[in-house]
Amino acid sequence: MSFDEGKPNSSEINKSIGLLITRPFAIIGQNVISWINSVGAATIFLVMALLKTFHSKQFSKVIQQIYYIGAKSTTIIMLVSLFTGMVLGLQSYHALVKFSAQGSLGTLVSLSLIRELGPVLTAIMITARAGSAITAEIGVQRISEQIDALETMRIDPFRYLVTPRITASIISFPLLTTLFDIIGIIGGYISGVVLMGVNGGVYTHSIQAYVDMGDLSNGLVKSIVFAIIVATVCCFQGYFVHMREDSKGAKAVGLATTSAVVISCVLILVSDYVVTSLLMV
Amino acid sequence: METPLIEFKNITKRFGEQIVLENVNLKIYEGEVTTIIGLSGSGKSVLLKHIIGLLEPDEGTIFYRGEPINEMKKSELAESMSKISYMFQSNALFGSMDVYENIALPLLETTNLNKAEINKRVMARIEQTELTEAAHKFPSELSGGMQKRAALARALITDPNVVLFDEPTTGQDPVRKNAILSMIAQYQKKFNFTAVMVSHEIPDVYFISNRILALYDKKIVFQGTPEELANFDHPFNDEVMRSLEGLQKELTGLYSRRQFKVLHHAQLRSRKSDEKYCIAVFDLSDMNSIVSYMGYDAAQETIHSMGIYIDKHFGGIGGFSTRRKSNEFVTVLPFSNLAETESILKEFIEDFQQSGISDIWVDAQKKAPPDKCIDFSIRAGIAEGKPIDEIDSVIKLAKSHQKEIGRLRCAVKE
Repeated sequence: MSFDEGKPNSSEINKSIGLLITRPFAIIGQNVISWINSVGAATIFLVMALLKTFHSKQFSKVIQQIYYIGAKSTTIIMLVSLFTGMVLGLQSYHALVKFSAQGSLGTLVSLSLIRELGPVLTAIMITARAGSAITAEIGVQRISEQIDALETMRIDPFRYLVTPRITASIISFPLLTTLFDIIGIIGGYISGVVLMGVNGGVYTHSIQAYVDMGDLSNGLVKSIVFAIIVATVCCFQGYFVHMREDSKGAKAVGLATTSAVVISCVLILVSDYVVTSLLMV
Repeated sequence: METPLIEFKNITKRFGEQIVLENVNLKIYEGEVTTIIGLSGSGKSVLLKHIIGLLEPDEGTIFYRGEPINEMKKSELAESMSKISYMFQSNALFGSMDVYENIALPLLETTNLNKAEINKRVMARIEQTELTEAAHKFPSELSGGMQKRAALARALITDPNVVLFDEPTTGQDPVRKNAILSMIAQYQKKFNFTAVMVSHEIPDVYFISNRILALYDKKIVFQGTPEELANFDHPFNDEVMRSLEGLQKELTGLYSRRQFKVLHHAQLRSRKSDEKYCIAVFDLSDMNSIVSYMGYDAAQETIHSMGIYIDKHFGGIGGFSTRRKSNEFVTVLPFSNLAETESILKEFIEDFQQSGISDIWVDAQKKAPPDKCIDFSIRAGIAEGKPIDEIDSVIKLAKSHQKEIGRLRCAVKE
């Protein structure tokens, strides 16, 4: 028996080192491919849902979803926007007063809300309230075979479950964002004018003078983008809950709901930067 | 030869590495009740889901009226599939909708019928399935049996040609199981659809099935009538049938038909050919009227109680019984001659008339609507046979001697 028997030769050692170096890249590559697959699948999912928007039996379902996603979110949106506006007014006042520029309080509050905070916070609040409910509802329908039942009844589950939610979101998000902006500006007025003594006429005039239609349309474009993202992600996570590899059944619905909220929130912030950059060009 | 309504040719289905169906061949004929039997997890539901297109085979071809469905145009396939309904094992009712809305859903979403017409059709189905009082209740507020009926009403609302039942009796007690099977049989006759059912309920499914398909080891190993299955020489009969029949005696006091045949053979095989034994045949008159007036549950409770009563009397003297048809019981008395059997039967009749029939009625009333009542009679006949005689001929003779031994009139109710 040779002493060297069983000892790895140099080509094996080189192969092992090569694997060690390439492995992190392989893992990253796999994750990127998986991510691209998911984005592709979600895009096809969105397109398929949108193609069924104008079906004759959609109207009542869209109205129903506007009620659940939109109307039922108004209270929470009003509450959040009021305090956001008040905090913004208070903080901005203390910053502006150092430069004796408190007359610009209205401009600062309104532009911050209309361009940025309104669309983003509205989208995050709806994700938390309605988006999670969408994922859970569709997920439960999937695991209890209700979606299969729709297919056996020749009812297109996309048309019946997904399209109304995406359409209703596209309608509701801009409306709720507008509501957020208005209440937020009122909140800024309360803290700036009523509590801190800034002149009311100056506050409103500075809004009128410096906020133009471009600012409003930018905010609304963002809210539509967020609506598409949130509704697609939440419906997608619920619809394919049975294909999750990490768990099955009720636990899968729970995890899908968490994923939907987390992914939606991250995508809202990422797309906010992208859309802002594009609109600023 | 008649073209099958649905035919599978060499169907194979895999989930990942696992093969669930392998070269499955089967035929389902129009207007029949076909039942697929097999152990849990053997792929029966997977097979059923291929018929309605919820799953697609990895290999092989499915034919619908002789046409391969993978070669059909999309519109043709949609048209064919629209005639098939599916009743899920879990019912798959929409929890956020009441019974009425669940049943109306297919009409609202797939037809252009006006609201009045939809309401008319839905209410008709609700009445036919005895769900009038539950029409505006949510599925979570219903019993298991009512949920099954709601699912059946939804499956039937579009007047399908084919209805697929995925284990319709799962989770039901023995009485309700038979009630659901009777309901399927009655509706199948009434609406003339082709029924394909997956079930474990042996031998009860035999009473309503024209054909049985046995799924074993990923393949269909038997296609034929329930009678042919009894003589089927295959490991399926030993492994599957025995395990499925295991609880029958315990639950109903009666043996399955196959167990009955085995017992009959074992008890009489060692006897001399000129020794005699007796057979008694009991039947309950006019089952359809009982079902129509009293409902499925009460009818099945009546049959169930009667079976237990017969077993109680004749089991003690070595007799063993089976339910041969939905309303017929056969008891073999291996050690009694005709004179002894007549005397035992006389005692049975006296006891039966004094308390038996009213006990059965009391049990039935527990399941019947409060204001419903119907007359019914029970007949019995006995005959003597020899071990060498065919059992069927002795049963036939006993049936020819049947006479009424008890009649319940509505007055008994009061």
